[in-house]
Amino acid sequence: MAAPADILTRTAREIARAVNARELTAAEIVDAVIAVVPERNRDLGAYLTLTPELMREHAQGVDARIAAGETLSLAGVPVAIKDNMCLRGTLTTCGSKMLETWIAPYTGTAVERLLAAGGLPIGKTNMDEFAMGSSCENSALWATTRNPYDLDRVPGGSSGGSAAAVGGAVATIALGSDTGGSIREPAAFCNVVGFKPTYGRVSRYGLIAFASSLDQIGPFARTVEDAALTYDAIAGHDPMDATSLNAPLQSTVDHLRTDLRGLRVGIVKEFATADLDAAIDACYQQAYADLEHLGAELVEVELPTAKYGLATYYLIAPAECSSNLARFDGVRYGLRVDGADVGEMYEKTRAAGFGPEVKRRILIGTYALSSGYYDAYYVKAQKARTAIADDFKRAFARCDLIASPAASSPAFTFNAKSDPVAMYLMDYYTIPVSLAGLPSLSVPCGAVVPEGGTLPMPMGLQLASPLFTERLLLGAAHAYERATQHAAKLPLPQIAKAK
Amino acid sequence: MRHVAKLARLALSDAEVIQYGSQLAGLLTFVDELRELDTEHVGATAQVVESRNVVRPDALAPCLSRDEVLGAAPQAQNGFFRVPMIIAAAE
Repeated sequence: MAAPADILTRTAREIARAVNARELTAAEIVDAVIAVVPERNRDLGAYLTLTPELMREHAQGVDARIAAGETLSLAGVPVAIKDNMCLRGTLTTCGSKMLETWIAPYTGTAVERLLAAGGLPIGKTNMDEFAMGSSCENSALWATTRNPYDLDRVPGGSSGGSAAAVGGAVATIALGSDTGGSIREPAAFCNVVGFKPTYGRVSRYGLIAFASSLDQIGPFARTVEDAALTYDAIAGHDPMDATSLNAPLQSTVDHLRTDLRGLRVGIVKEFATADLDAAIDACYQQAYADLEHLGAELVEVELPTAKYGLATYYLIAPAECSSNLARFDGVRYGLRVDGADVGEMYEKTRAAGFGPEVKRRILIGTYALSSGYYDAYYVKAQKARTAIADDFKRAFARCDLIASPAASSPAFTFNAKSDPVAMYLMDYYTIPVSLAGLPSLSVPCGAVVPEGGTLPMPMGLQLASPLFTERLLLGAAHAYERATQHAAKLPLPQIAKAK
Repeated sequence: MRHVAKLARLALSDAEVIQYGSQLAGLLTFVDELRELDTEHVGATAQVVESRNVVRPDALAPCLSRDEVLGAAPQAQNGFFRVPMIIAAAE
């Protein structure tokens, strides 16, 4: 039988069950996906590259393995991959002119594991150039990714294409990467679950580096259960990444909770939402009350140094990026612009290959690392990072989870944040968590009509937990999702709205 | 700004020097709030999850072939990356 046309609105769990039970074949799923994705993607702009041949090839492999008696956790699940992750034989652009024509010669570990678990690669998703941005507007390539809930608004970023793909039902699950909020903020904007595991849980091998001490791969999904299923498939030690954690891994998908009894949830004093728009404040107050109704004890916790998170991040991340992006010099891969000598070639190549936000961050990072300023900026920021991580440790002595907004506002309109610092403020709540390396996620928590807007836009609740406690975090998020059903209550508008 | 751009190997136009110069000045003012934070007795954190140097046996492992690596290069010749002149020819 043919796969149903609405296959992309099913959960990964349902699809994998049907394929493992031989009610559907992966090949049938590919037919259904190819019939709808190119058209729907035209308005959404989630994908930079579609990979139908590769998807068919993987479907054949999945169907052969199922026929041979294997059970695969993601059997036949259509997946999208952020375009900063290598997938052998496909364009891997990082949303940059620098890598516009670069074809990955190998596959990264997380992608490899996703496909080995039975995932079918639909394509590579748009992103802010080199993952630097919070709206996807910094993509230097042709695609404009739009928010599936209002095409006049941004999908968030930097993993905007992956979030829009899952939220807009052109993928079942997707991989993104999160450095300061690049999974959680777009997840909140697109009404999906976005999960950043503990730093080091998922191998970064094959992820093009932005800020190596912060970058972490994680899943987007429409349910917490699907996020857990994906995480379980991609997590775990990898000898190819020296920072990958060699620590016991806890499976998460079989430990989802239905209540929060016995858990203390910290509400951060410094993250009070009373100063935000009244509707936004009300949304979060309701979310905290719902956590309490589920049996959690709410406790106020203090993170006095969290307000320094943005300043700390905007020194550390650019410093690491200025070093990481030094490799793009026109010699071994990517763009080259000729010059009279090698120095001129480097400078012209990088001037032509990088967009404005990337240049800004390279310049600030180079400055912060340069002789005479290193201690005042870079070392100072690393010390501030310690202070922030210590604040979280103290807070977690009093609670098991911390709840907060995932982003400072719902999705905004295109070109609304022309000042770089205004854009950076979107990640106010996610950045301190990233600096502390903690696992955290955004789960849909309602919708508000933004000022000047007409359509209700999704909101995300950020939950964070101590290092290595992914099971607790996903378990609790599942209980909240199950009781509130916010994602399901916000139907996807007609995507084919004419622009 | 020109000095930093030189360190970063980034050619900037005059207009960019002005534009990025003012944006970076704004950002530096923004990050200056860190000065308020007393970090005298706080150590620096390079990476938050404790880790040690990771080593592996010094043995050959599978890797990309030379042709695959050079295949991505803007210019390659005789099994090498080709780059423009590095040291100026003698006068």
